[in-house]
Amino acid sequence: MKIFEMLIPLTWEGLKVTMSVFAITLIVSLPLAIFVALLKGSRNKYINKFTSAYIYVMRGTPLLLQLMFIFFGFHYIPVIGYAFTRYQAIFIAFILNYTAYFAEIIRGGINTIDIGQYEATKVLGMSKSFAFIRIILPQVIKNTIPPLGNEIITLLKDTSLVYILGATDILKAAKSVSNTYSTFTPYIFVGFVYLGIIAIMTNILSNIERRFDYYR
Amino acid sequence: MGLVVENISKSFGKIKVFQHLSFEVDAGSVLCVEGKSGEGKTTLLRCLNKLEQVDEGSIFIDHEDILKLKDARKIGSKIGLVFQNYNLFPHLTVLENLTITPNYLKIMTKDDVNLKAKKLLKSLELEDKESIYPYQLSGGQKQRVAIARACMLNPAVLCFDEPTSALDEETSLKISSIIKNLANEGMIVIVVTHDLKFSKDIGDIILKLEDGKLNQTL
Repeated sequence: MKIFEMLIPLTWEGLKVTMSVFAITLIVSLPLAIFVALLKGSRNKYINKFTSAYIYVMRGTPLLLQLMFIFFGFHYIPVIGYAFTRYQAIFIAFILNYTAYFAEIIRGGINTIDIGQYEATKVLGMSKSFAFIRIILPQVIKNTIPPLGNEIITLLKDTSLVYILGATDILKAAKSVSNTYSTFTPYIFVGFVYLGIIAIMTNILSNIERRFDYYR
Repeated sequence: MGLVVENISKSFGKIKVFQHLSFEVDAGSVLCVEGKSGEGKTTLLRCLNKLEQVDEGSIFIDHEDILKLKDARKIGSKIGLVFQNYNLFPHLTVLENLTITPNYLKIMTKDDVNLKAKKLLKSLELEDKESIYPYQLSGGQKQRVAIARACMLNPAVLCFDEPTSALDEETSLKISSIIKNLANEGMIVIVVTHDLKFSKDIGDIILKLEDGKLNQTL
């Protein structure tokens, strides 16, 4: 039982890190992703190319590498070099990475909207921004909840990568206890913690999906 | 007061859809444009509603050149369109489909918008449908909601793209009586259709679009 006396408080501290990385990434990335998705659809070729390059780099390199680059490598860049703190680097890397993934999902959702919906808003005299917020976006959200849900669950599991910058999330907490007591039990314990959080997340996402079931 | 179309042409790349079309319609009249599929009837309606840009020409509604109108809000009150597949907003109730635009444009108070929407729904026998969603409606009901939505802005001209293409005969009769009523109230109605019987029934003027040119048949 001694093992749990060490494991539970450490896991609790790790949970705070895991959940804060998860929540902040989600809260910042989702609105940013809508913005990036719109930029990607821009007719301005420079904006379009810049957004495409950003998404390509973020999706084409591992998140682990991005974390390391922002924390260890960024201050070596001449002129703009700046040393981020550990948590700044974690949040920046996660937000940049997940914004790119979410943006691609949202862009796919925007593309599924029938052109007739845009034309109806135009004929009725709605402004583009009003039409997007009130007519297009609600339909995009309904279409993108399932793929976004998948990505949100992956995000929760990806938070374990913060160990590379020395932050203690729940997995690292388990590793510390495991090293101390030479047992695999802490890993099984945090495995159930992940499963518990994901069960809650799945439930929340299913509820949101059901909320949009009122129309077809 | 009326619609004056002067010398409009439209092409897509090298394909000329129509050239130098001119016609006039007085307030309170129904103009039917007949023609085979692919002759450019829908493109003509889309040009009138500024969904497509004409290559040349002018479109005057009540002496105002709508092609020079920049304010999208003003265009909506000049001319409206009932799409062939209705294009209702699926996530909004029938009532919300009607009220969202006038509330946004602030052309009336919210209470007046609601009152007008309910009155329109009643006149189109849809008063019991105001809280349901478009997917729960039949084709004819969707058509009537689309008409009511366009009428909320009091457009001087209302265009219909193949209004009877997906409807049975009984519902088509209902739609033709609605169109006649709109014209009787002073609206200019433009209907493009390949249903010759329907256009004969409702049209004050019937034009045939053929080989990019309009010929008057009535």
